[in-house]
Order: sequence, then C-alpha cells, then structure tokens
Amino acid sequence: MTSRRAALVDWAHGAAEDFEFTAAREWIAERAGRKAAGYLPVYAPREVIRASSLLPVGVHGAGEQIEIIRGDAFYQSYICHLPRSVIELAQSGRLSFLSAMLFPSTCDVIRNLSGVWQLLYPDLYVRYLDLPQVFDPHLSLEFWAGEIRRLAADLGAVSGAPATDRTWREAIASQNRARALIRALYQVRRESPERVPTEELFLMLRAGEVVPVEVFIEKMEEYLAETEESPGPPRDRARVIVVGAFCEQPPLGLIKTIERAGCSIVDDDFLLGNRLLGDDVPTDGDPVVALAEAFLRNARATSTVYEPDPAAKRELMRRRAEASGADGIVFAAASFCDPALLDRPMLRAGAEAAGIPCIAFQFAENTGQFQQFREQAGTFADSIKLWGPGQ
Amino acid sequence: MLLQKEMIAAHYRRLEQAPETGEPVVYTFVPGNLTELIRSFGALPVLPEINALQSAMRGKSQAYIAAAERSGHSEDVCSYVKCDVGMLRSGNVGPTGTRLPKPDLLLLSYTGCFTFMKWFELLREEYGCPTVFLHVPYQADGRETPEQRAYVTRQIREELLPALERVTGRRYDEDRLRQSLAISASSEDDLVAVLESAKRRPSPIDAYFGAVYYVGPIFSAFRGTEDGARYYAALRGEVEERASQGLGPLTPSGPLDRQKYRLVVEGPPNWTHFRDFWRMFSDEGAVVVASTYTKVGGTYDGGFRHDPADPLGTLADYCSGCYTNLSLPARVEMLVRYVREYDADGFLIHSVKSCNSFSAGQLTILRAVERQTGVPGAFIESDLVDARYFSPANLKTRLESYFQMIDARRAGARA
Repeated sequence: MTSRRAALVDWAHGAAEDFEFTAAREWIAERAGRKAAGYLPVYAPREVIRASSLLPVGVHGAGEQIEIIRGDAFYQSYICHLPRSVIELAQSGRLSFLSAMLFPSTCDVIRNLSGVWQLLYPDLYVRYLDLPQVFDPHLSLEFWAGEIRRLAADLGAVSGAPATDRTWREAIASQNRARALIRALYQVRRESPERVPTEELFLMLRAGEVVPVEVFIEKMEEYLAETEESPGPPRDRARVIVVGAFCEQPPLGLIKTIERAGCSIVDDDFLLGNRLLGDDVPTDGDPVVALAEAFLRNARATSTVYEPDPAAKRELMRRRAEASGADGIVFAAASFCDPALLDRPMLRAGAEAAGIPCIAFQFAENTGQFQQFREQAGTFADSIKLWGPGQ
Repeated sequence: MLLQKEMIAAHYRRLEQAPETGEPVVYTFVPGNLTELIRSFGALPVLPEINALQSAMRGKSQAYIAAAERSGHSEDVCSYVKCDVGMLRSGNVGPTGTRLPKPDLLLLSYTGCFTFMKWFELLREEYGCPTVFLHVPYQADGRETPEQRAYVTRQIREELLPALERVTGRRYDEDRLRQSLAISASSEDDLVAVLESAKRRPSPIDAYFGAVYYVGPIFSAFRGTEDGARYYAALRGEVEERASQGLGPLTPSGPLDRQKYRLVVEGPPNWTHFRDFWRMFSDEGAVVVASTYTKVGGTYDGGFRHDPADPLGTLADYCSGCYTNLSLPARVEMLVRYVREYDADGFLIHSVKSCNSFSAGQLTILRAVERQTGVPGAFIESDLVDARYFSPANLKTRLESYFQMIDARRAGARA
C-alpha cells in the first residue's frame, strides 16, 4: 500500500469512527449561521438537505466504539441495536449540533424512533419521510414530489436560506458526482477485488456520510487513483455478495473476517442509501420532479420498499450474482432487523433455485467476537472452491 | 358471546365452501381493513392476524411457528407471520378446524405496520395471486393532511376498485357501499358506548381482555354487516344492563364486582396463555378500564365514524386513523386522556417481542405518560403467539409488585 493510500484510509477510518462528528462541527463553525441536518438509514434525499443550505449528516449508529449507557433504557432487548446507539449519541450530547433530524420509512423501529425524537427533543425539527410504496407513476410521483417540496420548505425555514434554482442544481450535481464515484469504486472491486479490500471501501463510504460532499468527492477521486497504483496480489478466493446489512451496519471486524476467511466481497448492501438511486438525477427541469422521478424509476430493489413484481423478488439474487460474478451469497442481517430477516427466506429460495450457494448469520453493530463468523465464512469459501459452480 | 361464536363459525364454514360456491376471497389486515368495500363486491375477507391469534388461543401456534422456522424464518421476527406461514405449510386449516381457501386477491392495507408488507410478499410467493398495495401514509404529525387523504383516496379509486372488479367480476356499487357504511357507523356508536361504560365504578367491562371479544366482529369480517349490527346492539344492551345493576365484568376468576385497581393498558395481549394472563389481573381485583390494543382496528372513541356521504374518503380517513398509524406523541396524548377520563390508578405497558410497531418506543411512552399524569406505570413483556416468551412466574411477580406499589401510593396519599 502506498503512503498516500494509507493516509486516505486513515482519514476515512478517523472520520468513520468520529462520533463527535468533528468534520460537521467544523463545517458549521466556519461561517456564522451554518446548520446541519441528520438522517437515519436507509434512504434520505441528501440533495434536499444541501439545497436548503444545510449539511447532510448520516447517523448510522455508533458501532462498537461507544459504550451504551443511556440507550438501553429506551429499548427492549428484542429490538435491534441501532436505535439504542443513536439515542446514546443524542443523549450524550454528540448530536447537539444538528438542527433537524430525518427518519426515512425503513421499518417500524426507525419510524417510531422519529416519535421518540419528537418526545425527547420537542424544539428540534423532526421529520418522518414516507417513501412512496406505490409504483403507479402518477400517484406516486404526485405524492413523493409533494413530500420533497414540503421537506424543502421546512428545511429552508430551519436554515433561513431556502433552496433556490442554483442551490438545487449544485446539490444534485454534487450528489450525482458522489454516486458516480461510488459506482466506479464498486466496479473496480467487482472487476479486481484485490484492488479494493472491502474494509477500505466500507470506511470510505462511512466517512462520506459525515463529511461535506465536496470533501468526499476529493478523497474518493484520490482513492480511486490509488487503486490503480497499488493493486494487491490476485488471490484465490470465493466471490460473495453480502446481503441484508443496509441499515444497521456491521462492525468493521466482521467485514475483515469475511474477507480474511477466504471470501472476496464483490457486492453488498452497506450504506445502501448513498447509491440507492442507480443513475444520475437530471439537473435541468424541475429539480423536485427530477429527484422524485429518480427514486421512482431508478431506485435499487431493497427490502425496505415494496416489490410490486413477484418474479423480480425471486430473481433478485440471481441477477445480482450474475452482475457481480459472485459464486455465493452471505445473508448477513442485523439481529431483529425485520426488513432483512423477513426478506431472507424469499431471497434465499430464489438464490438456491438458481443454484447459488448461500449461508446466513446475524450480527449486531457492536458484535466483538468473530470466531464463529470466521468458521462459517471459511467453510463456505472452501465449499464453493471445492464443489461450487464451475468446479 | 354465543352470537359471536356462531357468526365466526358460520364465516369460516362459508370460507371453506368458497371454492365450491365461487365466492371470491380477499386476504387483508385488521388495521386499515376495508371490509365494507370488500363485501360490497360480494367477496369474503380473511384476516391473517385473526387466524394467528385464534390458533394461539387454541394451542396450535407453536407447531406452526416451528414449521416456519424450519423453513428458514428467523426466531427474531414477528410470530404472527410465522404462525400464518406455518399454518399454510401445514395444510391451511384455520383455527376452527375448517380449511381456508386460497385468496383471489391480497389486499395489503399498509397501515401502521411495516411487517405487513413483508408478510404479503411472503404470501404472494405461496399463492401467486394478484396483490394490491394500499399505501397509507403514517400520521407523523398527529393528523391526516389533505394531500395524504387525496393520495389514499386516489389509490382506492384508481388501483383497488379496478382490481376488485377484475377479481370478482362485479362492478363497483357505490350505493351498496354507502348502505354498508351506514351500518358500520351504527355499530361503531354501540361499540363506543360499550367501551366508555368503563368510566363507571365498578366498570361493567374489562376494556382489554374482555374487549378483545367485543372488537372481534368490527375488526374482522363483520363491520358493515347486518350480523355485526345485531351483535353490537345486543352487546350494548347487555353491558348497559350490567352497568345499571352495578355489576362488574365476568373474568376467569368469576364476576369482578369488587375492583381494587383500575388500569389503562398499552400493547396487545398474549394469546397463547390468554386466560392465565387475564387471571393474573382479575385474581388481584384489577380491571382494565381502557386500552390501546382495542383501537388498532379503528379509533372510534376519538370521534371517527364511517361516513356514507363520502364513501371512499371515509375509508381513507379510517385507514389513516388506526392506532398503530399514529405518531408516538399522539399515542401519549390518547393514553393520558384515558388515564384522566377513566380515572385510572395505573398505567401498564404489555410489550410484545413480535411487534415493533407497538413496542419500539414504548419505554419513552411510559415515561411521558407517567410524567403527565402522575399515575404509576409498569412494564411487562411477553409475545403475541410464541409461547416461548411467556414467562408466567415472571409476569405474576411483576404484576404483584406493581399492585403493591399502587397500594403504597394510596397509603402515602392518605397519610
């Protein structure tokens, strides 16, 4: 690894695990009147936040870095870990720099977390984002565009600088660029996994959630260049897709464990919201309509949005395996994650019907022991290499 | 009770015969159920949650859950779903012992519960029948906006009506729907009178355990039907008669006329040990005077009535207002109102592992209600239909401690 690449990874690691959100706080402090808005997983339109002159900040839990002191008093043991670490961040004052919080319609836990926020922080702007679940283009476009307009108006009131034609286009263009770079990084990893260890990809994406998009673009451009400069040696590994970790994020140790046990991750759901829109959003025409249409026409299939086509649900794993050249699928869902765990039997049945080997396990963002995962992933990789498709 | 049993048994028999009689069958959910509309097309509703809870009350749910888990379903997810999937895989014999027909349409009223979406995607895999998704926006700001109402109404008009016409072969008959909605409104008046009878001392009803029987017909297949209207008129008469005589409800411990504790309860009951659970309250002289579970199929005591003058708009309003579609502040407001209006001694949350729509955030609700009312709150946990999570000794101990705490508060107040 070059020193430049090592420095980039260090930067990403530092930003990803900085639960004081220093980069966002510094951005706010640079100019009087600047404010930031937080958002929960999976998908919130960052363009609306940025166009409304606020800094978007992803709040994706606190992994294993923060000890949960207050958060457990808010959630029962049978609810996933994410909300308790998010509450911990808030109750410890680490989110005090946020002027707004957005809660997308990911599941009932995140939906109700919006209500917890309303009760705990009545003076903060709190918004539940009801993503459209109906795919009749007229019905859903009218609804979702209306929601975006209302959100933009509200955020404009929070920031004191409502979105203008210029800020809309700048925000959309910069998010388009960020998404393009993420797509490019995924392509490099797909084509040459040895060039992009997933732990590095994951850290870059996670850093991108908490720094201004311009900073992310600059760092990603440098990192992508470095993947050309310093490829690792090709390795004989099983190519796998990690499915189900789209909301609560796995600990970095779990990702390292999977790859060190003989697998190369060639596709995944990590921080899925940053690339949920599969294509660029047009920068001409009505920006609200453009953004709404982009979601309705180009959003990737995910467990958090209704799939109107039953065949598509059955076909999804086969299509993803073909597109990524994967040999097998690792279903890795957060414990008690309803969307991922309820989807798993359907997705797995589709994969197995297509002859794709699968394994499944569950994690929590603060999981600290990886021996069991190492055994499972290692055995899975061996079985693919010995008996998998093409052997 | 007998009348309701006969109605339910007749409905399940009719469902069993549907493949022969040709009556179309629509599967849908309790919150946001559009029973009047379904029936106006001559179709029969099937409610999977009702099948799951009825299976649990008859001791059948554990085997169904085990069957679902063997087929790859996680222990972590909703036990209603697994009970339903397991029942299907075990021959689809319903709780009353009659076979359930396949659906001609899955009507996913996406009201107040994310799991509903996955549940019907799973059922669609099994049945391969048409599915309509009715997206009911969450009432995050505590009220239905005109835009949300228009969105739901348009979905009903432009998506659901054509689908029902295709599946049933009948045209939409608005006059028939209006008649049914008028019957609904009358039944809703009766149900509210029954529920509000608990404001009396002694309360003639138990508004949680007893009331799950009272809401059964209106939450399931009988809202807007003549049978339903007869049931609610009879129920109201019976409860008013008990109230006039100063009688309490009938419970597993016998008549509960001497009521020591008046409670408000949040959350669904446990169904696998329903009577044992109820007895833990009634043995201690505790009566539930108001509950939120009895509002998952409609918040009629908040004033809503189905309005025959605006048939599709009123269905949208109904869907939006179901309890689990309300924001947490709105839920707190309802609970605080109950504690005050029903003069409750305590407020209890029964949190179930299966249902994040209810459970996530309940500890914050508990603190908010305690703070606003000053009455002591308590928190107990089990599950809907998975008996592995029902721990009788633990629950009994917690409840006994809670009742002692209420006694201590009273003693303190007198001193």
